[in-house]
Amino acid sequence: MRFQTPVLLVALLALVGISLWLGAASVTSWQDAWLFGVSRLPRTAAALLAGAGLALAGVVVQQVVQNRLVEPSLTGTTESAMLGLLLVTLWAPGMAIAGKMTLAALAGLAGTGGFLMLAQRAPRQDPMLLPIVGLIYAGIIWAATTWIAWSTDLLQYLGVWRLAEFSGVMQGRYEWLWAVGALALLLYAVADRITILGLGREQARSLGLNYGQTRALGLVIVSVLSALVLVTVGAFPFVGLIAPNLVSRWRGDNLRGNLPIIALGGGGLVLASDVIGRVLRYPFEIPAALVFSVFGAVIFLWLLFAAPARSGGQS
Amino acid sequence: MIRSRLLLLAAGLVLLSAAFLLWKLQEPTGFILSLRGSKLAVLICVGAATGVATILFQTVAMNQLLTPGIVGFDALFVLLQTGLVAILGGVGAALFPPMAQFLMETALLMGAALLLFGGLLRRGAGDVTRVILTGVILGMLLRGLTEVVQRMLDPADFAIVQQAMFASFSRVSTPQIWTGGGVIAVALAVALWQAPALDVAGLGRSTARSLGLAHDRVVLIVLGLVAALVSVSTALVGPLTFLGLLSASLARQVLQTHRHDALIPAAALIGATILVAGQFVFERLLASQSALAVIVEFFGGLLFLFLVFRRKPS
Amino acid sequence: MIQIEGLSYRVGKTPILHDISLTLKPGGITALIGPNGAGKSSLLHCISGLHDLAAGHIRIDGLDPLRAPDRDRARVVALLQQSPGVVSRLRVRELVGFGRWPHHQGRPTAQDTAMVDAALESFTLTDLADRTLESLSGGQRQRAFIAMTYAQDTPWLLLDEPLNALDPRHARDLMARLRRLVQDTGRSIVIVLHDINAAAGWADRIVAMKDGRVIGHQDTPDLLTPDMLETVFDMRFDVLTHQGRPVVISR
Repeated sequence: MRFQTPVLLVALLALVGISLWLGAASVTSWQDAWLFGVSRLPRTAAALLAGAGLALAGVVVQQVVQNRLVEPSLTGTTESAMLGLLLVTLWAPGMAIAGKMTLAALAGLAGTGGFLMLAQRAPRQDPMLLPIVGLIYAGIIWAATTWIAWSTDLLQYLGVWRLAEFSGVMQGRYEWLWAVGALALLLYAVADRITILGLGREQARSLGLNYGQTRALGLVIVSVLSALVLVTVGAFPFVGLIAPNLVSRWRGDNLRGNLPIIALGGGGLVLASDVIGRVLRYPFEIPAALVFSVFGAVIFLWLLFAAPARSGGQS
Repeated sequence: MIRSRLLLLAAGLVLLSAAFLLWKLQEPTGFILSLRGSKLAVLICVGAATGVATILFQTVAMNQLLTPGIVGFDALFVLLQTGLVAILGGVGAALFPPMAQFLMETALLMGAALLLFGGLLRRGAGDVTRVILTGVILGMLLRGLTEVVQRMLDPADFAIVQQAMFASFSRVSTPQIWTGGGVIAVALAVALWQAPALDVAGLGRSTARSLGLAHDRVVLIVLGLVAALVSVSTALVGPLTFLGLLSASLARQVLQTHRHDALIPAAALIGATILVAGQFVFERLLASQSALAVIVEFFGGLLFLFLVFRRKPS
Repeated sequence: MIQIEGLSYRVGKTPILHDISLTLKPGGITALIGPNGAGKSSLLHCISGLHDLAAGHIRIDGLDPLRAPDRDRARVVALLQQSPGVVSRLRVRELVGFGRWPHHQGRPTAQDTAMVDAALESFTLTDLADRTLESLSGGQRQRAFIAMTYAQDTPWLLLDEPLNALDPRHARDLMARLRRLVQDTGRSIVIVLHDINAAAGWADRIVAMKDGRVIGHQDTPDLLTPDMLETVFDMRFDVLTHQGRPVVISR
């Protein structure tokens, strides 16, 4: 299977090329080069970074709750972050973006913590129950958010965060996403610990891991990643679930080697959705998150019904 | 003991209904009575339907945390509403005959439910959680599609769609009540007739089969009933996710039994009681129109979390 | 040496273990036996420092497992939990490799790799080393987890009902392997066993538990008397001797 990595890299580079080239105007003169620099380059980078961030957030939360069918939008993380963002918009609409992001991340952290308490009580034998529990939990938070937005006439505003799109991304409006890179490095440094988390509390502690601390670190990373993406481009469901699962079926579960591929995979999926959203009804655009929610749902269903990968060592 | 508790529940519902009809009755008496009467009928129909549907669903899923409302019905309903507004425009949708809309929505919801349950259960009825999760994901897909359509609407039309996103008990006409009520009554009768089989089905697929029950067939019948009950009540008033969970859990709590010939009527009575009592309090005592659905959903959601939390950590 | 003094443990308000004082000598295999709900697994988890105690304290070779840094504890005592239900796409070699994590914290040396190979070898997992846990049978998975515990290379190994998922041959193989391990390396094993005859056949010492209390701790032949067994299990047993070891038969 080793040959697949370069193939995927080439595919990713091709995607980047298309994304840079694709647009309502072609780049021929100096002025167009300026357009290229402030719009297309940032847009492509933003899609890659957002996808990488969400995929990493997904794999971490999967290890923490020991269930590969969850992701930040199925653990109440995204919804609570959105609730936090809505409240900030209501009470302090002029707050700087860093402040908004911090509060959204804190709200997301609180929401994920609540989910964790639920997860500890959900029966292990039926792994498909946990995403349902998470969905209902996220649904309750989302209902509260919608209710507040409805009674304050912010519903259409909420719709803007609900589905991420990249048409508004320009130089100066996405740079926070580069923090995803820093978090990815941090995650890589603790990859072994996160893998051990996935063995469960008892086994992890027996291996000398400070379980509580590691789990808390993982959750902070998940919340910050989710909030970063939410505040800069909007919510993007399914990426955190799909990218790690595809990589896991292909390469197994050892995060040290897989994290870079999961990040690239997530970035590639989001960029591909953005490109498709741009060409589908050219020159109009369909939000990338919506494009992916169609493909993502289909892949999720495939993951549910496909037999578990019996990947041997020989292949 | 079970019998007396059921009678008590029934008596409570009758008293509440009387209070609902007669409280501070003013002139013109006949008109107000018929108005209140049709509203009462809707509340009882929807309460009973969601309560029973949830009991049935929980039994075949062997899980008392679940409610059929999470399986994307609400998403399909909102998509249908949105689609109608998008195709006909806000004014056109308002002029569309309500009975035709009701029948069309019911038919589509039932078709979708049967397709989902029937198609997936061919793989074997042991796999109910997977079916539910599939429905949930399809619901997410529908919600995404709905949002794209909504984005293309102008603000006035958007406001109309927005109304449909929350359940409301005050926009139903008499023929709809008769049709919906009829379907619900038939479904309840079939459910009661199947009650002994349900008792066995609740033991799980392999046990039930070794006891000689045609488990897959019973599950299919039951899910058909669930589809009918949920579609009719959704088409009547709009999406209600957690009301059923509330009434089913209370029914199990009050009766402390697994016998479905008792649980089914109890869940129906409790579901109806919650809605009638809630509407009575909100409309007559607090003079507030729209809050009931939201309050019921909120408490239902909290109950769900409580039910999960009550379990021991694994 | 494991010294336990006045240990009590509760889950919520329910008392599980009452005022247990016990000294386990190093070397050899010590079996914990008793009826269901006697508190055997809880005691094992308490010893490994994974439960907070209501009262009492524990010393393992002088180290307090509750207060010691996690990493130090994990180099003195390793716990294999009961039927680890993790179904993951980790490969067997990767899983066993995590047994070395307390030693290298993410930077494996050649010695660590050699230790992992040795663990795979001695639990006959070499052929399965590149398979994922998901693709193994229950018994093979159990062996992989035991190998990980072994690779942790601690003086004390605590095993919670490791024979659960194993057929008679693999159960015997595992006990024989543990026996050899104890003889060759001088490590100490504390093991919860359901099958009294597994304890009779392989353990050097037995701790008998009932209702959250220790009611007997002696060398195997001395403890396995009909009277003691009746006190523990509330039923009569005959104790025979076969090839120099006791055999217990229920009446």
